Amino acid sequence: MAKCPECDAEIRIPADSIEGEIVTCPDCGASYELLKTEAGFEIKPAQVVGEDWGQ
Amino acid sequence: MNQEKMTSSSSLTILYDTIRWEEKALYEAAKKKGVHVTNVDCKNLFIDLNKKNSEFSKKTIIQRCVSYFKSLHSTAALEGLGAYVINSLHTATLCGNKLFTHMVLQNAGIETPKAVSAFSEESALLALEDLGYPAVIKPTIGSWGRLIALLRDKDAARAIVEDRAHMFPLYHIYYFEEFINRPPRDIRAIIVGDRVVAAIYRYSGSDSWKTNMALGGHAEACPVTNEMEDICLKAASAVGGNIVGVDLMEKEQDGLIVHEINNTTEFKNTVKVTGVDVPGLMIDYTLSLGKK
Repeated sequence: MAKCPECDAEIRIPADSIEGEIVTCPDCGASYELLKTEAGFEIKPAQVVGEDWGQ
Repeated sequence: MNQEKMTSSSSLTILYDTIRWEEKALYEAAKKKGVHVTNVDCKNLFIDLNKKNSEFSKKTIIQRCVSYFKSLHSTAALEGLGAYVINSLHTATLCGNKLFTHMVLQNAGIETPKAVSAFSEESALLALEDLGYPAVIKPTIGSWGRLIALLRDKDAARAIVEDRAHMFPLYHIYYFEEFINRPPRDIRAIIVGDRVVAAIYRYSGSDSWKTNMALGGHAEACPVTNEMEDICLKAASAVGGNIVGVDLMEKEQDGLIVHEINNTTEFKNTVKVTGVDVPGLMIDYTLSLGKK
């Protein structure tokens, strides 16, 4: 579990998560990227779209 | 040195900037096959471009950055240092630019929408007179339907062209295609090596003529016909692509025409509606290339 920095809701991190994966807050919809640390996964705000994203 | 090391024992590297469904599926498919796979975040990477005997030399890398410019430039750096990147810089350069793609398709004898290009506001409007209305303006570089507009007449064209004149110089390269009369769908075919492994119809979302899945809409399985396979393999070959997504339209009277080739193709919807193990096939193919 991680706490959403925006709205304080609990964000569930699935057991099969991998570093770099995006998780979304179930309450406010903010997206976060998973960072692997020794203590487990942490989250940081994710870029959700870029001007040159696609395919 | 690179922050995130690609260890010498890695047999396959997935280079990403965002882990979408596709990247996770590729990673899991590789693990399932017993492949030593390393995920490398392009955002954490820095590369000594002058290094001899680079750690990237002879690595097999699947390029999966969703950012086109990160993808293009990291491919140039890694390929330049001796890595085998799928797809190559040559393919990424051609596929990433609609004008470049148009020219190679045309020269390969593959049907593609009629198009005109111009390099100033004035010549853009003249070019449109020559092409005729309705027409479609597309940025030469861009995806997911961004900044693509349907120009029904000269007034609409003038407004859009004037807007583009105030944007980044890339948008001053005017590229217009004929508007294709077609069913409210297009086709995305996935090519892995010399096979069209699956294809889907992509239906427009409500109130939209664009068929990009990023804009809504839905997908359905599409049968791969001999005609489609022939066109897609020629298109992939024209850009030197190993693993690509070819987008086709069913033009009234003329049949299938190719309007785009994707060098880091998405395939989530294809797997979802066809059940084809696209990530597994991509891993098998990539490993077979590494052995050659």
